[in-house]
Amino acid sequence: MNELNQQTTVDSKILSVKNLKVYFPVEGSKKSAHKYVKAVDGVDFFINEGEILGLVGESGSGKSTIAYTIMGMNKPKEGSILFKGEDILKNNNKRSISFKKDVQIVFQDPGSSLNPFQDIRQILKLPLKVHKIVPKDQLDEAVAKALDRVELPRNFSYKTSTSIGGGEKQLVSIARALCSEPKFIILDEPTSSLDVSIQAKIINMLLKLHDEQKLTYLFITHDLSLMRNISTRVAIMYLGKICEVAPTKIFYTSPMHPYTQMLLSSIPVISKEEEELKPKKVVSVGEIPSPVDIPTGCSFHTRCNRKIDICSQKDPFMREIEPGHFVRCHLA
Amino acid sequence: MNEHLLDIRNLKTWYRTYQGYAQVVDGVNLTIDAGKKIGIVGESGCGKTTTMKSVLRVLDERKAYLPEGEILFKNQNILKMRETELQQIRRKNISMISQEPSAALNPVFTVGQQIFDVISYSKQDDTAKNKKELTDIAIKAIRDVFIPDPERILECYPHQLSGGMKQRICIAMALVTPRELLIADEPGTALDVTIQDQIHRLLRALVDEKQTALIMITHSLGVVRELVDQIYVMYAGNIVEVATTNELFKNPLHPYTRGLMDCVPRLSGGGISAGIYGYVPDYVHPTPGCRFSPRCPYVKEICRVQKPLMLEVSEGHTVACFRYTDSFTEQHRQEESIGERA
Repeated sequence: MNELNQQTTVDSKILSVKNLKVYFPVEGSKKSAHKYVKAVDGVDFFINEGEILGLVGESGSGKSTIAYTIMGMNKPKEGSILFKGEDILKNNNKRSISFKKDVQIVFQDPGSSLNPFQDIRQILKLPLKVHKIVPKDQLDEAVAKALDRVELPRNFSYKTSTSIGGGEKQLVSIARALCSEPKFIILDEPTSSLDVSIQAKIINMLLKLHDEQKLTYLFITHDLSLMRNISTRVAIMYLGKICEVAPTKIFYTSPMHPYTQMLLSSIPVISKEEEELKPKKVVSVGEIPSPVDIPTGCSFHTRCNRKIDICSQKDPFMREIEPGHFVRCHLA
Repeated sequence: MNEHLLDIRNLKTWYRTYQGYAQVVDGVNLTIDAGKKIGIVGESGCGKTTTMKSVLRVLDERKAYLPEGEILFKNQNILKMRETELQQIRRKNISMISQEPSAALNPVFTVGQQIFDVISYSKQDDTAKNKKELTDIAIKAIRDVFIPDPERILECYPHQLSGGMKQRICIAMALVTPRELLIADEPGTALDVTIQDQIHRLLRALVDEKQTALIMITHSLGVVRELVDQIYVMYAGNIVEVATTNELFKNPLHPYTRGLMDCVPRLSGGGISAGIYGYVPDYVHPTPGCRFSPRCPYVKEICRVQKPLMLEVSEGHTVACFRYTDSFTEQHRQEESIGERA
């Protein structure tokens, strides 16, 4: 599946993932008959510098596992991850300090990713100290600047994370991620626990920072309408595999994979013009199967409305049907 | 004479806190007729669930305090009922689906046992007495929510089922005996979008088939647009706008409704709006005026000191905002339109 990486773009790839597989052993089963949760099962994608790549999928499809594997929190079974052309999986899955400086992550639940016993100042100081961004005597000034960057008042530095609201907590997480002056940020559902009015604020902040600091985002979400408005390309995942990758506009106007069509048709929308974008006559059925017993052939065939004989026998390959638009389906 | 199925009048629900009373629900008026479908939309913490819990009187009485208001169900005031009468309402008239299906089901009993309990608790006249009949009713209820192999499901414990299946079981339990009113508290929020779509379609079909009235609580404008006939928009314990679904999306009037609609990311693209300035107000020391006034872009002096009343601007479309009163002069509106253009 190397064709995914052969796209003709002048942009340089900041991150490319090849044939990544992350399996988790199911506990309790005998060693001879090990069963695995195939959380990520052969994923190829790349991100160009300055891009916002959206990674979409239902819960349990392996989106977050990819993020955690890039960060070094999981050890992959197979595959390679190149960051700026350098293989980061060598050296026994240890990440270099420069990688840790360049790549940051913002988690879904800000309540559990900020230490409740530290105040905001302490939380923001740590990355500044570890990566030696500023001399010691300018730490307080740098913390204040970090708060300015996300437009939080400076007096926040003496509050604890438990005393501020959900949206503000997420802004602190973003400020913390920006402290080390990274090039690439993984956003793992940063707004899914927030209300829409707060979400709009956070997203605007993220887009502003993207332009100002020349960042690259891997944006993980399950919200396709949100993705439409912020990403440059969208990749959709189902049971540990990517089904379809396309530039955002093409992805929403001419989706090819039946799963993409099912997802788009399920979204509750608020206007007529959106209604017209939804694929007609696609009705969502069934549930995502267990990743321990992945169906044979194409893993989506149990829910697919256009299934033919070959689908339950042979797993389709990723094919490029127009420039930059990849689909993994026998019918495409 | 009042012919509404449920009529909530000026309901106030406060919570006791160490700082004083948190005035969470602040004068809610709401009516629903038999067989109708309405939706309550608002952000988290605006009092949607508290209002509905007040209707069923399932709030913790040590913490909740209801200083004012009436909740009339078929002309009987629920707030003045004795426990035995209340039990009758819960047995036969109103049921509720909660947001988190895994928390709503008891993990130590089988699904079958829990459905049997609901049937026997309801004490309908035609309730089956023996286990065979109970099983038949339960199996039919599970078939109604499109779960295959109901016999096996009856023997399952909740942890053996997926989130979508559990929510279907909750719906089956809520509708296993005939009810006049179903309160659905964000039934799809904890689920994936494809499963959410299935649950909503199922809910609509069942409610239509059984002629049950539905109150749908949600934070998603898209969900109410597809499910209900009339929408109540709630902000910080107040109903700020009421309109039929078509009218509300065609002509939203309250600044909060407009702000909320702008915030929803569109599938058709076009970027994201700036969000609504500020945060949900403090409930312990709320402003005496309109509770949206600290965040409102059109705020005037009167908004800060006086509470706006519900005003009917057109047939079936009411809004609580001074912008639409006569005293809010033409001049103000002109100023605004100039401001908007600039």
